[in-house]
Order: sequence, then C-alpha cells, then structure tokens
Amino acid sequence: MNAYLGVDIGSISTKGVIIDDDNHILASSYIWTKGNPMEAVKELIHHLEKEIGKRKINIIGVGTTGSARKLIGTMLNANIIKNEITAHAIGTLSLYPDVKTIFEIGGQDSKIILIEDGIVVDYAMNTLCAAGTGAFLSSQANRLGVQVEDFGRIALTSKKPTKIAARCTVFAESDLVHKLQMGYKKEDIIAGLCQSVVSNYLNNVGKGKKIKAPIIFQGGVSKNIGVKKAFEEEVGNEVIVDPNGHLMGALGVAILSKKNPLKTSFKFSICEDQFETRGVECNKCPNHCEIICISKNKKLIDAWGNRCSNGDMMSKTSNH
Amino acid sequence: MNKEKVISFPHLGDYHIPFKFLLTKLTNYKVIEAPPITKKTIELGSKYSPDFVCVPFKYNLGNFIETLENGANVLMQAGGGCRYGYYPEVQEKILKDLGYHFELLTLSDNDSITIKSIYHTFKKIDKRIPLYKMVYYSLLTILMIRYMDNIDHYIRLNIGFEVEKNSFIHLKKEMLTSFSTCKGYFSLTKRYLKYKKKFRNLAINKPDNCLKVGIIGELYTSMEPFSSYFLEKELASMNIEIKRFTNVSYLLYQKRLQRRKNLRYINQYCKYTIGADGIDNVYRAKYLIDQGYDGIIHIKPFGCTPEIGAIPIIRKVCQDGKMPIIYFSFDSQTSETGIKTRLEAFYDMLKIKKG
Repeated sequence: MNAYLGVDIGSISTKGVIIDDDNHILASSYIWTKGNPMEAVKELIHHLEKEIGKRKINIIGVGTTGSARKLIGTMLNANIIKNEITAHAIGTLSLYPDVKTIFEIGGQDSKIILIEDGIVVDYAMNTLCAAGTGAFLSSQANRLGVQVEDFGRIALTSKKPTKIAARCTVFAESDLVHKLQMGYKKEDIIAGLCQSVVSNYLNNVGKGKKIKAPIIFQGGVSKNIGVKKAFEEEVGNEVIVDPNGHLMGALGVAILSKKNPLKTSFKFSICEDQFETRGVECNKCPNHCEIICISKNKKLIDAWGNRCSNGDMMSKTSNH
Repeated sequence: MNKEKVISFPHLGDYHIPFKFLLTKLTNYKVIEAPPITKKTIELGSKYSPDFVCVPFKYNLGNFIETLENGANVLMQAGGGCRYGYYPEVQEKILKDLGYHFELLTLSDNDSITIKSIYHTFKKIDKRIPLYKMVYYSLLTILMIRYMDNIDHYIRLNIGFEVEKNSFIHLKKEMLTSFSTCKGYFSLTKRYLKYKKKFRNLAINKPDNCLKVGIIGELYTSMEPFSSYFLEKELASMNIEIKRFTNVSYLLYQKRLQRRKNLRYINQYCKYTIGADGIDNVYRAKYLIDQGYDGIIHIKPFGCTPEIGAIPIIRKVCQDGKMPIIYFSFDSQTSETGIKTRLEAFYDMLKIKKG
C-alpha cells in the first residue's frame, strides 16, 4: 500500500502523520520538540513505525512544514517543503471543505486564515509579540503552579473572570502577579488569562478581518477549553475544535506530498543515520553570512544561509 | 593647511552611480562611495541610532560611519518629506558626538528638494561653478537616472523568467559601468539604446498567464534591496512579474506632475494628500486592481507614519476590489524567516486562486 508521511516541526511540539491514498490517517504522533528538532523527528519516526507495526506500507511521499521545515525536509529527503499557513489550510479543508475561518494558536506563533469557496483569500500571522501563544500560557501555568493541560478545566469553574492586561507578554505577566497579590481567586485569574489570549488574538492577528462561520480552532492552544469558550463568547459563533486539530499541518503537508508528481523514497531506518548541523561564518565580505551545513553520516548533504555565491558551500563539494 | 576634501553620501540601490557621476563633474572634491551595505552597516547604524527611529535612518547612519572611517570629510544627505526631514540634523549631531570631523550638506531646504535648493547646495561647495555647467550636468544625471529606471522597469517584468541564471544582473552591472563613463547626452543615449537592445535580446521563458504582483509602499525600502531583505529577488525566484512604481525619476519629477490626476482617480477614497507617498500608494493600489494584477505587497519601515496613515485606506480599496494584499514592516530586528514564510504563503494563495 502506498503511504505518505507529513511532519510538522513547531517550536514546542513535533507532529507527524502517515496517510494512505484516501487521506485516512494510518498512524500519528505528537511529541515535544525540546529545542532539538532533529532528535525529535527521529523519535517521532520511531513512534510512527511502532504504530504502523506489521502493516505493509510503502512511503513514497514525504512533506515537511513548521519552523524547522527546511532542516527536517533535507534530513528526510522530502519531496515537498511547505510553509505552515498553506499546510494548515490544505489539511483543514480536507476534513472541513466548507470552513470559512481558521484560528490557529501554536507555541510561538498564531495565525488566522480566511477561506472562500475552498480557496485561501487572506491570512495573517502575529508579527511582533508572542503574547497569547502557547509558550506564554505554559509559562503562566508554571507561575500559578498548575499543569497547562488543566488550564481550560479550571477556567470553566470561574464565575467572574479577572481582567488581565494582555497587550504585551511582559505587561500581562506583571499584571497577573499584581492581581494575584491583590487576592483574586486563582480560577478567576486563569479564566481571565484565557480571555486575554482571545482579545489579544482578535486585536492583533484578526485585526480588520471579517470572521465568518464555520470557524475551526486549532493548534496546541485549541486543546484549552477555556480559550475555546472565550472565543465563542467573543465571536458569537460556534467554534469547532477537531480532536485531530493539532495534526492539521502535518496532514496538509502529507496531502501536498501526495499531490506532488515527484516522488521520494523513505525508510524508517533513517533513525539510525547520523545527522549533524554546523554553523559556519563566511568571512569573504563584511556581511558575515551564517551558513548552516547539514551532513548525513559525515557527508555534507546541503547548506544554506549565504546571500551570494561566495558562500556557496555546495559547489565546492559537489564533485563527489 | 587645507586638507583635501573627500565627499561621500549614503546608498540607495544603484543610484550611487549617477550621483557619484554628478559630484565628480561638478566639484573638485574627491568622491568616494560608502562601502556596500552589509550586516555590519546596519549593526553600526542601529548601535548609534535611537531604537525607534525608522530603519532608513539606521542604514544611512551606518553608511556614514563606514565612509567616514574610509576618509570622507564632507557628507551629503537629501532630507525632506516626512521624518526624513530630520535625518540630516540628527545624524550630524550623533556623528559629531561620536567624534568625527566633517561637514554635512543637505540637498533640501526647509521641506523639499527643488532645483533651486540643489543649486544652492552646490554653490556652497564651489562658488565659481558656472550656471550652464550645473544645468548641463544636472540634466544629464537626471537623464541617466531616467534611463536606468526604464531598464529597471523592463528587468522587473522579465527577470523572473530568465533562461540563463543571473544574465539580467550581469548585463545590468555592465550597463551601469558603461553609463558611469559617458561623456555627454549623445554618448549616454547611444549606450542606453545599445543596452536596451541587449536586454531585449536576453532569452526569457515567460508564460502569458504568469503571476503579476505590484510592490507599493515607502520609498527607501522600495528602492534599497538590502532593507527589504531582497524582496524583489525572492519574488523573481518564484517566477513572478513585478511592478514597482517608486524610483528616483518618480520622486524627482513624475510625482509632481501626477499628483492631481492621481487624486482625481481615487476621489471616492480620499480628498487630500497625507504626506510623503501615502496617497500615491492608495492610487497605486487602485491602479493595480484596475489593471488586473494578482496581488499587492505593501512595504514600509516599522513606524513609518505616512504609510500607517495610508494603510487603512489601502485596505478598504483592496476589500472593495477583492485584491489580495500583504503588508511588511521592516526593521533592523526583522526576522527573515518570518518574511519568507509569509511570502511563500502569499505565493501559494495567489497561485491556487489563479488555478
């Protein structure tokens, strides 16, 4: 059976799916990136291999997306490397063909995608500040001494959410500390945080966009039921959270790799190969480009980051 | 004890070539170019600039520091328009505080650059320059800029489809070198026509229904490729035809000639100008919609006030015309990955829409 692998390597978590020709998910995995995308991907592939088990599949397409897409795409010899905006739209559309708006809040970034008749017509991503993203929520959970997974449940118990100033991560944090010291209840503060995530998102990312239903909410933060409820109150529409919402990027890029006529070969044994990255500073002009070299089993397979041909590492070694 | 005067000026795209030409012809100073903009330039510039100033200030300041280190002792700055009007004074103060000794000349007086203000500036350099010589070389330089801009226009339409990689860039370099050694109107025009023909003969492979994108926005980020992280190059690599309005020819005289016509064209959106190129960009957005372009990219330095004023109007124009538009703000702290991701998604969106 032909199968396709999609990997979404975010700042916080790494997601992977294997799909068949009919876009059915055969295996999926979701793990923490822990700041080491290459190791995380190896672990991810290990998990996927286990889940596939004895089923006979032949992976002929590999796609990567997310912030480490280029690095991992090179490592896995992907036949498609796509930005996360397109990947998320394609993945979501395969399950919800009539979706009009996608909210996505991940670990470090948040985006909004507007769709008309199955085509992306507008999108935006947070530009300056990470307030209201997953990383912010988990650091606040830490401060409050609760697990970030319990955040949503606790928020729902609040009757009177406390207002938290959420324009900026740093100020939100100091406002939160201030409210704690004033003696506000913890669940009210947590509910307030969920609301501040939503108002921050709608004011920054969703600024000036017309939000139409059906709305899908995904990304790590969508698992937080408190944020989902705050969205519904603010937008005045039902907000759908898919149980596989966290996999949409990986699913989308797997579908794209299936559509790409150019195929690739992939073996689970890639986990045993030695991959290494090295940063080199090019000193041929004052620009000092930082060039990233990636090697597989001590052999250079790709390099990037140079602005001009002076820093082209590949041409020097392309003779072998 | 008269030290030799060495004059220099900040970079802006390829315009250092005509400007150096003009200075060499009109003054007896030694003319040196600032070193090409690199990461070091912007690092130096940011280090000594107020953090929240718009980014062209930082690039200009970095250029000045690098060229002063190379021995320049007379600097030239343009000024005028928006916050740009404050650049010369503030930069002079910062550089003097850093301990550099130099003289700073501005091309503008009060608020705008006019032929009169340029004349006065050159009179300051050398009282004996005859008027006819000044007029002759100024017009020759303006013609050179005009020719460069014409060729650039052709390049932007076609560079994304070149058959031989870098053929356009190489030919352009050759042309600029040739322009810089021209003797007068006749020789310049002859060279222009020669290269125009050469450019038309460069092999391209351009489909009829290629994606067409217009770039609008603030002038410095439009014209200095380093400051927009080589946006046009990136677009060309995606096989996109590019239309850009802002160039020095436009700023020197076309803008003045078109102002009333432009305002009439967009009279359902605005009635009066809002400074710098704000209204010009509203006009351009509408023009691109009417001409059937596929998308618009609006660029500006972070905190550029005239463009911030224009953005809501442009947004409305694009909503009415169902035109995809993306906004970029550039600063010395901008993440290049973020730009690439957004640009790729923009490309995918246009491509899927076009089918």
